Amino acid sequence: MLRVEGLHAHYGQAHILHGISLEVAQGEIVCLLGRNGAGKSTTMKSIMGLVPPSAGCVEFDGRDLAGRPAFEIARAGIGYVPEERRIFTELTVEENLAVGRRPAPAGMKPWTPERAYELFPVLGEMRRRPGGRMSGGEQQMLTIARTLMGNPRLLLLDEPSEGLAPVIVERMATAILALKREGLSILLSEQNLVFANAVADRACLIETGQLRHTASMAALMADEAVRARYLSV
Amino acid sequence: MDSLIVQALNGLASASSLFLVAAGLTVIFGVSRIVNFAHGSLYMLGAYLGWTLTAHGPLAQLGGFFGFWGGVLLAAAATGLIGAAIEFLLLRRIYRAPELFQLLATFAVVLIVQDLTLLIWGPQDLLGPRAPLLRGATQIFGLRFPRYELFLICVGPVMLALLWLLFHRTRFGILVRAATQDREMVAALGVDQRKLFTSVFALGSALAGLAGALQLPREAVNLHMDMAVIVEAFVIVVIGGLGSLGGAFLAALLIGELHAFGILIFPRITLVLAFLVMAAVLILRPHGLMGRKPSGLPPASIASPPLPGTPKWLAQAGLVALVLLLVLPPFLGDYTLSVMADMAMMVLFAASLHLIMGPGGMASFGHAAYFGAGAYGAALLAKHLMAPMEVGLIFAPFAAGIVGLVFGWFCVRLSGVYSAMLTLAFAQIAWSTAFQWVEFTGGDNGILGVWPSEWARGKLVFWYLSLALCGLGVVLLRRVLFAPFGMALRAQRDSPLRAEAIGIDTVRVRWVAFAIAAAAAGMAGALFAYGKGSVFPSFLGIPRSVDALVMVLLGGVQTVLGPLFGAVAYTGLQEQLSRVSDLWRLVLGFAILALVLFFPGGLAGALRAREERA
Repeated sequence: MLRVEGLHAHYGQAHILHGISLEVAQGEIVCLLGRNGAGKSTTMKSIMGLVPPSAGCVEFDGRDLAGRPAFEIARAGIGYVPEERRIFTELTVEENLAVGRRPAPAGMKPWTPERAYELFPVLGEMRRRPGGRMSGGEQQMLTIARTLMGNPRLLLLDEPSEGLAPVIVERMATAILALKREGLSILLSEQNLVFANAVADRACLIETGQLRHTASMAALMADEAVRARYLSV
Repeated sequence: MDSLIVQALNGLASASSLFLVAAGLTVIFGVSRIVNFAHGSLYMLGAYLGWTLTAHGPLAQLGGFFGFWGGVLLAAAATGLIGAAIEFLLLRRIYRAPELFQLLATFAVVLIVQDLTLLIWGPQDLLGPRAPLLRGATQIFGLRFPRYELFLICVGPVMLALLWLLFHRTRFGILVRAATQDREMVAALGVDQRKLFTSVFALGSALAGLAGALQLPREAVNLHMDMAVIVEAFVIVVIGGLGSLGGAFLAALLIGELHAFGILIFPRITLVLAFLVMAAVLILRPHGLMGRKPSGLPPASIASPPLPGTPKWLAQAGLVALVLLLVLPPFLGDYTLSVMADMAMMVLFAASLHLIMGPGGMASFGHAAYFGAGAYGAALLAKHLMAPMEVGLIFAPFAAGIVGLVFGWFCVRLSGVYSAMLTLAFAQIAWSTAFQWVEFTGGDNGILGVWPSEWARGKLVFWYLSLALCGLGVVLLRRVLFAPFGMALRAQRDSPLRAEAIGIDTVRVRWVAFAIAAAAAGMAGALFAYGKGSVFPSFLGIPRSVDALVMVLLGGVQTVLGPLFGAVAYTGLQEQLSRVSDLWRLVLGFAILALVLFFPGGLAGALRAREERA
C-alpha cells in the first residue's frame, strides 16, 4: 500500500534522511524503531510532505506523492498524527474534530464524531472543552480522533505512547488494535519497545537516517543482538 | 456636559470604522502571519470605489436608497476581490520568504495603489453623497445628533456579532481559527491552505473596503487615508492582541474615545495619545489586552546562515570603489556630490538598522526616531547654544544612543510584531514631540540654519566628511558583528534558550545592540541635518522608518553588505525616479515587487547565491 524508496530529506543545511526505504502492506502495522535523532519523525514528516523530500519516492496505492503539498497527501488517504499532538488549543473537542473532517472514499464506513467517541469515550464526555484544557492523554486521543475524521486508509502515528501514564498507554494500544481490525494500515514510530511489541506486526530499525534492519516483531523480540546494536542507549 | 455626550457618541462612531479595518487586519495576520501594510490602501480604495459606485455604479440609476447602500456594498465586495487578487498574484508566491519580506511586498502595494488612485481619481479631495434615510439629526438627551453617526455606532457591534458567528458556527470560521494557531497541521489534515488564505484575504479586504465606503458621508475622500488609517489599525490590533477580534473591538472603542476626548483634555498631545496608550498596554500586557502568548510551536522561521567572510574579489572590488569615491568627486558637480553624501548617510542609517534586524533578530518599525534624535540633537545645540558642527557631530550619536537606551529598554523585552509595534509607538512619540513642542523644536517649521562649520561648507569637503564618518560608522558596525558581542547577538537570535544556558544575558545583549544601532543612526541623522542645513519633524516620521526598512530588506537581511547595496539602490532609484516621472511611487513599487519575487534574498543575497552556484 505504501512504498518508500530512497527517501532523502534535509532540515536547512542538515541532511537527516539518507535514503530510507520501507513498505507497509494493506492492514499491516509497521513500527519504526530507533534511538533519538535516528530520523523516525522526519521520515513521517517527509512522507506527509511537511518536510519535502529532496530525493526518493513515496508511492501510495501506486501513485507517487513525493513533493506533493501536505493537503494533497492527506486527501490521497494518509493521516498524520504528530508527536507533539498539535491540538488546536483554542478550539473545542468538537471543533478540533470538525477541522479534520473530510468525505470518505467510496466503500468506506465514514468516521463521525460519534464513532470517534466510541473509540475514545473520554472525548465524548468533554465535547465542548477547549483543547488547551485537556490532559496529555486526552490530547493524544483527540489528535488521533481528529486525524481519523479525514477517513485515512493509512495512519502515520508518531510516538503515540510518549509521555503517557501506563494505563493510558494500554488504552492506546487497545484503540490501535481496534483500528487495525477495521482494516486501517498503520506506520508507527516508537521508543517504547513493549508498546511496539503489543501492536506491531513488523519492525523497521533505523539509524542515522537509514534503514538498518527489518524483521517481524516476534523475531526482533527474540534477537537480543540486533536490539542491543540499534536500540540500547 | 452636553458636549461631552456628543464627543462620546462621536468617539463610538469612529470606533466602529476603526474596528472594521482592524478586524480585517487581525484576521489576515492571524492566518497568514503577514503584517499587511496595504490594508490601509484597501480602506482607501473602498472609499474611492464607494464614491464612484454610489454615483455611477450599476445600482446608481436606481438612485436614493439602493443607489447609496448598493454602492457601499458593491465597493466592499470589489475591495474584497482586489484583496483576493493581491493574495493570489503576489503574496501566495512569497509565503515561504521571511516575514519581513512579505511586509516589504505589501509596502510596494501601498506605493502602487497610491499612484493608481491618483491616476484614476485625481489629487483633489472628493465629497461623498449623504446616506438616504439617515440624513439629518435625531434628538438624544435633548441633543441633536446626526443619524448617520448613530447608524455607524451600531455597525461595530453588529459586525462583531456577525464575525463571531462566522468564526464559531461555520466550517470556514473553524478552519480559520485552527489555521491561526497551526496552519501546517491544518494542511496535514487535508485543508487546501491556498484557498483558505485567499478567502481570508478577501474577507479582511472587504471589511476594510466596507469601512472606507462607510466613511463617505462623514468625510471627504483623499489620498492620505491609507497611511492615517493603517497606523491607527496597527495600534488597535496590537493593543487588542494580535488575532483577537474581541480585543480589536475593545481597543477600537478605547482609541475612538481617546481621540474624541483627547482633543478636549490634552489638545497639545493628541497625536501621541494613542501611541502612549499602546506603549503602556504593551509594557503591562506584552501580548495586548486579549491576546495570548502564542501557544504550540513557534512559527517556522528560516535559519540564518552564518555570516560569510569577505571573499577576495569582493574586498578588491570594495577597494576599487573606495579609490573611485576618493578620486572622482573633484570632477563631479555639486548636485551629484550632495546626492552621494545623502547616499553615504543612508548607508550608515541602513547599516545601523541592519544590526538589530539581521544579527539582532528584532524588527524595528521606528528606526527614524534615532536618526531624528541625532539630527535634532545637533540642531538644538546649534539653535539654543550656538554650538559649532564639530560639537554637534560628537554630541549627536550620544543623544541618539541615550534615546535608544531608553526606548530600547522596553522594546527588547517584547518579541516579534509586538516589539516592532512598540518601536513604532516610540518613534511616533518622538515625532509628535518634535511636531507639537513648538517653542523648543520649532514644530512643523523645524529648525533652520543648521549649517556646517566654515571649512566644511563646500560640497566637496562635505562629501569627504560624510564619506569618512559614515565609512567609519559602517566599519565599526561590522567590527561589532564579528566581535564576541556580535556572536552573542547572533546566538540569542538563533536560539534564545541555548544562549541563556551558556550564560548570555540575552535581554542585555539586545539592549546594547539597540543602543549601538541608535547611536549610529544618530550620526547619520546629524550629518543629514548639516547637509540640508535644517531639521524637520519628517526626519522622525514613519516614511523615513519605512525607508530604512525597505533599504535593509532590499539589500538582504542575511548579509553584511546588504544594507549598503539596499541603501544605494533605493536612494538612487527614488532620486532618479522622482526626477524623471511623477509616478515614481508606481515604478518604485513595481521595482520592489520584482525584487521580492525574483530575489527573495535581497540584492546581496542574490549575489551570494550566484557565487555559491559558480
